Amino acid sequence: MPRNGDWMRQAQNSFDHYLPDVRGIRSRSRRPETLIGAVGIGLAVGAVTYMAARLMSSSNPPSDSAPGRTARRGPWFGDYTVSGRSVTINRRRKDLFAFWRDFQNLPAFMENIKKVELKDDKTSVWTIAAPLGREVDVETKIVEERDGKLIAWRSVPGSDIDTEGRITFSDAPGRGTVVTAIVAYKPPMGELGRLIAKLFQREPEIQGRRELKRFKMLMETGEITTSNPQRQSA
Amino acid sequence: MRALTWHGTHDVRVDTMPDPEIVNPRDAIIKVTSTAICGSDLHLYDGVIPGMLAGDILGHEFMGEVVDTGPKSTLKKGQRVVVPFTISCGSCFFCEKQQYSACDNSNPVDKQDLSEKLYGHAVSGLFGYSHLTGGYPGGQAEYVRVPYSDVGPIVVPDGLKDEKVLFLSDILPTGWMAADNAAIEPGDTVAVWGCGPVGLFAIQSALIMGAEQVIGIDHHPHRLELAANLGARTINFEATRVSEALMEMSGGLGPDAVIDAVGMESHGFAVDSLLDKAKQKVGVGADRAHALREAIMAVRKGGRVSIPGVYGGFLDKFPLGAMMEKGLQIRTGQTHVQRYTKDLLHKIGEGQIDTTFLISHRLPLEKGPEGYKNFHDNQNEWTKVVLKPGE
Ligand SMILES: [Zn+2]
Ligand SMILES: [Zn+2]
Repeated sequence: MPRNGDWMRQAQNSFDHYLPDVRGIRSRSRRPETLIGAVGIGLAVGAVTYMAARLMSSSNPPSDSAPGRTARRGPWFGDYTVSGRSVTINRRRKDLFAFWRDFQNLPAFMENIKKVELKDDKTSVWTIAAPLGREVDVETKIVEERDGKLIAWRSVPGSDIDTEGRITFSDAPGRGTVVTAIVAYKPPMGELGRLIAKLFQREPEIQGRRELKRFKMLMETGEITTSNPQRQSA
Repeated sequence: MRALTWHGTHDVRVDTMPDPEIVNPRDAIIKVTSTAICGSDLHLYDGVIPGMLAGDILGHEFMGEVVDTGPKSTLKKGQRVVVPFTISCGSCFFCEKQQYSACDNSNPVDKQDLSEKLYGHAVSGLFGYSHLTGGYPGGQAEYVRVPYSDVGPIVVPDGLKDEKVLFLSDILPTGWMAADNAAIEPGDTVAVWGCGPVGLFAIQSALIMGAEQVIGIDHHPHRLELAANLGARTINFEATRVSEALMEMSGGLGPDAVIDAVGMESHGFAVDSLLDKAKQKVGVGADRAHALREAIMAVRKGGRVSIPGVYGGFLDKFPLGAMMEKGLQIRTGQTHVQRYTKDLLHKIGEGQIDTTFLISHRLPLEKGPEGYKNFHDNQNEWTKVVLKPGE
């Protein structure tokens, strides 16, 4: 049984690896973390195939500091659909963190999340719109939090959707904050599963990117840009 | 409301459309009093810009009266405003650098994918200029919803008539930025390809910025006459070998700066533009660019190339060797309108800039399709068309 968090560690390590480099201060000593991540997920989802793709790929020589998810041969995350993207937002890190930390704000910029109800400080129930007018409730728990820097959540066992997400905030001097979100879904079996898969796997990259861009718009301008000249129509 | 809409190549109509509403807090609704047809609207008319849908409202040069405001708008009902064609949020990385036409937030998220694929990055929102730039309903209409109305529109005093200030919306700042991008120094010769509205305003601006001489190049006698009236020397490319003339008129040095105010509608009598035209018929993207090639060949060593003309795709036979070997600088881009409007409004108020000479025709909005046809077919006499909604 693959451990839930393995793909996440892999993806996040790649991002950790990448982000400081954007600001030109990454030290080469971080490289081994990526390898550890690679080994972790390799063991989880098929060591031989993964390691071959990961390590033999000519696009990932030791001199390449790009994140793993930009590799020409994409990393393999097993059954999970993973999307990850960075965006620079012209606001202070702590403001962005505070807005995101209140999960009830998520529906304001995430199209599929209809509402979020808080059960306690760490636990919330997300109502997610599925195709054909159906809705799915997913209970998530914050599994890691570093004030102003990182929020990671995971669905509780037995949820309709097995999902994890991690968002990090880091200073981008002179231009605000780099926000990186990585979200993974593993839909359930059965008919509902197929519907949800359709919803989330169609174009998860595009969806993830659009959500981050809407978050950026809301944070920078106070509204989400639309060219629609009427309120009611979609 | 009545609005001029696009239905296909050489097919624009005036239709009845729903009135716009306040949608977001920073919106305002403008009742349009004057709106112009732009040379770049002819690209839409010719069907060479991707991302147009039947029923799209055209127009990006407009002004009017504020009739409704969202709670976060800084405008007041009754104010007269000119609206920049570029939509800018005012608070992103680019807007803070006054690179307003590179605004990160003004193109709706779901419209950004197309330009991200075409250009590597999503472009900003523009009024009435295809879904590539946001799919915003334009200003050739009775009413327009103006987003981020606290950033774009400039309030104009009642003493200045519409025709004096309307062109602050695009072509005046575009001509000004073209000259600004040419980095003019005292003693300079500046050559301007295309004596259409942008070219003429670039000529006017270059002279104000202190160019020693400005040379306008075109083949429409009336447009050359307008250039001469502004104080430019002129070359008719049908009668004259342009490159040789420019060398002779600049003492054998070549122009210090060149401005391509033609863009992809370039139609010099040359083999390369025929080739471009053939390619454009085959598919999107082969821009016709004879003027740009000629400008790059003509400019002196170490000179500046300014491109206000609109391009949308790829260019064959770009003289990159001449760029590199002569050490040229190239500057281009959609106009950062909001950077220039205040200063230009001041210059209009002082009488230093007059833009009314350009207007050749005034029509009611209902006659918009006629305006497009004539502006397209008869560029010599139809230099600029102003449409008046509600007349
Ligand atoms: Zn224009
Ligand atoms: Zn902006």
